[in-house]
Amino acid sequence: MELIPPLTSRSSKGTSHWVMQRITAIALMPLSFWCIGFLNKCLNAPYHETVAWLVTPLNAICILAWLFVVFYHAALGLQVVLEDYVATESIRIIANWAINLCFIFLALISLFEMLNILSIG
Amino acid sequence: MPKINNRPTSPHLQVYRLPLTGIISITHRMTGVLLSVGLILFVYILCSVAGGLKTYSVMQATMNLWQIQVVYWGFIYALFFHLCHGVRHLIWDSGNGFANQSLNCYAIIELFSSLLLTLTTFIFSLNTEVLWSLFHP
Repeated sequence: MELIPPLTSRSSKGTSHWVMQRITAIALMPLSFWCIGFLNKCLNAPYHETVAWLVTPLNAICILAWLFVVFYHAALGLQVVLEDYVATESIRIIANWAINLCFIFLALISLFEMLNILSIG
Repeated sequence: MPKINNRPTSPHLQVYRLPLTGIISITHRMTGVLLSVGLILFVYILCSVAGGLKTYSVMQATMNLWQIQVVYWGFIYALFFHLCHGVRHLIWDSGNGFANQSLNCYAIIELFSSLLLTLTTFIFSLNTEVLWSLFHP
């Protein structure tokens, strides 16, 4: 049996989308605990303790990695949700780009703020 | 004019009375979307740390309001639920775990373990707070 993919502009990228969704998911499993560790510090610990925690190399790298992987994973996931529930192609494409641009913007803010914290810590 | 696409979309949810596995499946999606929105909250917290002691104190006071705490722990549970069901998706991707009778069992394991992880995180966070107050009376 031959499976014919739907004729959309994304059809050729379907496999890599699927694979990247899984790779980012696996990466996020351990990294999520760094996110929770960071949030736990932020909500409960005094300022200098949070900064001291964040600027240790392992924590800084893991939080940065978590940020980029999580934005990527979220963008991939939301694209699938749009593809499943939004039938009008123009709205879907615009919404998808809007989401991607928002996430790129948020990721850049996060990177900037992380560098800021690393420079003051 | 938007081009009307006649390709089928996913069936609408309210048509069916979903089984437990179905409820979990759509919850996986909903938690995914909500967690994506929650990323904005994370960026806010990160910005407040970078902003210095003052913005950090404001953030901490805001985040410790009980209303925000309810939302926050909702997010933590959503994260663990999404993680647990994500693991099952990975098991499914490997071609295993499709046996009909095991599906409900898996579903209950997921719900239980995500609750357990949330509870552990909660106890852990209480613990650091208590420890901190011991050392900083």
